Amino acid sequence: MNLHSLTIKELRRKLAAKEISPKDIVSDLLARIAAVDPQIHGYLRVNAEDALTQAAQAELDKPLGGIPIAIKDNIAVSGEGCTCASKILENYVSPFDATVIRKLKDAGAVLLGRANMDEFAMGSSTENSAFGRAHNPWNLACIPGGSSGGSAAVVAADEAIAALGTDTGGSIRQPAALCGCVGLKPTYGRVSRYGAVAFASSLDQIGPFTKTVEDAALLMNVISGYDALENTSRPVPVPDFTASLSAGVKGLRVGIPREYFIAGTDPEVQAAVRQAIDWYADHGAEIVDVSLPNTEHAISVYYIVATAEASANLARFDGVRYGRRSPDGTDSINTYSKTREQGFGSEVKRRIILGTYVLSSGYYDAYYNRAQKVRQLLRRDFTEAFKKCDVILTPTSPTAAFKAGEKSDPLSMYLADIFTIAVNLAEVCGISIPCGFTASNLPIGLQLIGSHFDEARLLATAQAYEQGHSWHTRKPTL
Amino acid sequence: MVCRFWGVNSQSLNVAYVASLARIDLSKEEEALFQSQLGKVLEYARELQQVDVSSVPDTPVDPNLPTNVLREDVVRPSLSAAAALRNAPQQANHLFIMPKIIE
Repeated sequence: MNLHSLTIKELRRKLAAKEISPKDIVSDLLARIAAVDPQIHGYLRVNAEDALTQAAQAELDKPLGGIPIAIKDNIAVSGEGCTCASKILENYVSPFDATVIRKLKDAGAVLLGRANMDEFAMGSSTENSAFGRAHNPWNLACIPGGSSGGSAAVVAADEAIAALGTDTGGSIRQPAALCGCVGLKPTYGRVSRYGAVAFASSLDQIGPFTKTVEDAALLMNVISGYDALENTSRPVPVPDFTASLSAGVKGLRVGIPREYFIAGTDPEVQAAVRQAIDWYADHGAEIVDVSLPNTEHAISVYYIVATAEASANLARFDGVRYGRRSPDGTDSINTYSKTREQGFGSEVKRRIILGTYVLSSGYYDAYYNRAQKVRQLLRRDFTEAFKKCDVILTPTSPTAAFKAGEKSDPLSMYLADIFTIAVNLAEVCGISIPCGFTASNLPIGLQLIGSHFDEARLLATAQAYEQGHSWHTRKPTL
Repeated sequence: MVCRFWGVNSQSLNVAYVASLARIDLSKEEEALFQSQLGKVLEYARELQQVDVSSVPDTPVDPNLPTNVLREDVVRPSLSAAAALRNAPQQANHLFIMPKIIE
């Protein structure tokens, strides 16, 4: 039986009926990983023995009892590596569990392995991994998106039932779109980041990759909620996200921001998203024209705010307390400098330098302060738009998956995030679901954006579309 | 006042100097490459100077923004010294060992 191709919900039913055991699922996935991951490189590490032990001990009465999940390699699991796909953390071993990991363990999940990513989550293609790029399961010459490209690829390739990733400017939604799975970035503050290695602290969120919207709701039920260990997590009640999934779209106001339907978006992507708008209209939703006038500034704001925060967050990697230390230093200062030269890849260095510059004396007001003010305008855009609509609908990415090596210039890579970045800057929630395929059989993603802490409505809106289509059931040939 | 800096921006970035502030050694090739690549990014970001931000207060007022969170300053369970030192490149006597800082 192909257990690896099933969803959380389907496996839970089979487990409850005692048709299968958690060990059957893990064994089946391990065989699948051995067969296809040499082509995909979605995993950095899989601990087969440990996963089988966890499966043997899994408590099936728990909400995720016996369900194997892949974890992006920037989330701490006690006693395991957490490389962030960087040489500087190659031999690091986490001394504690991230809060989301503790919650997954408490819910009975089996932690299957660690997913490949762009180094320190900086990138949109997973080409910036220090341990080799990941490949898109739909076309191995293409990138799976990023930075959580490994998480998306292993779910799309049926090498995991679900995965966790992180999203700072689109790093869950864009790879989900490019690999044809579901990816949700929760509202800032919905999910604790305690134990997730910080990149840009005012933007980072942890979220799920799944094969269906319902599975995303199941995972959100487990990982959401206030955490006293994480000061930006918010004491907002967590609903049962599966309870309102069948709310439907009758009377729902779906906002279409005109700034997201622009020249430069691939015509096949445009057409697929237009068809999704028509589907919502045909099923009783009210289509509303909305404006997010500051959208054009989102990339500039992001690459100032995110790099500034990254330059501060990554200052801790100095070879003193953990991680690699260069043996070539002769004093403390050049030990730091050589450690960081040898430990970080190019994109990480570039972003730290840019972030240091925009925070430096004389340029702080011109860049950082101004970007923060424009960020407030972007937030205001969303507040105004959500007075007129309940959810906002856009493409997730302006193109389907591109070829590896195609975007060698950093600025052209940054522009790939144009539709996802504003969601992080405004701290609202967003989901990407499959909404079609290009003529060359690459998945296309539909992005739905919800207001602060409105994940339940977002999931219900996505669920309605998914139920009316079969895109999510298509599988890549591997 | 603010806009004064924008007129010189991409030229004003001295990658070698900023990298030294960030404690990252760069090869000459990396330095030249980053100078050109980051110059382009700053040129792109220059468009922000055109945005009218006069309506934005210096301190944002928004109920959805996180507020400062404080807690009592009391001792809580935490990592043992051995666990905290487990990943240290060099350690002795419950201390991290580094090259000498003071002459």
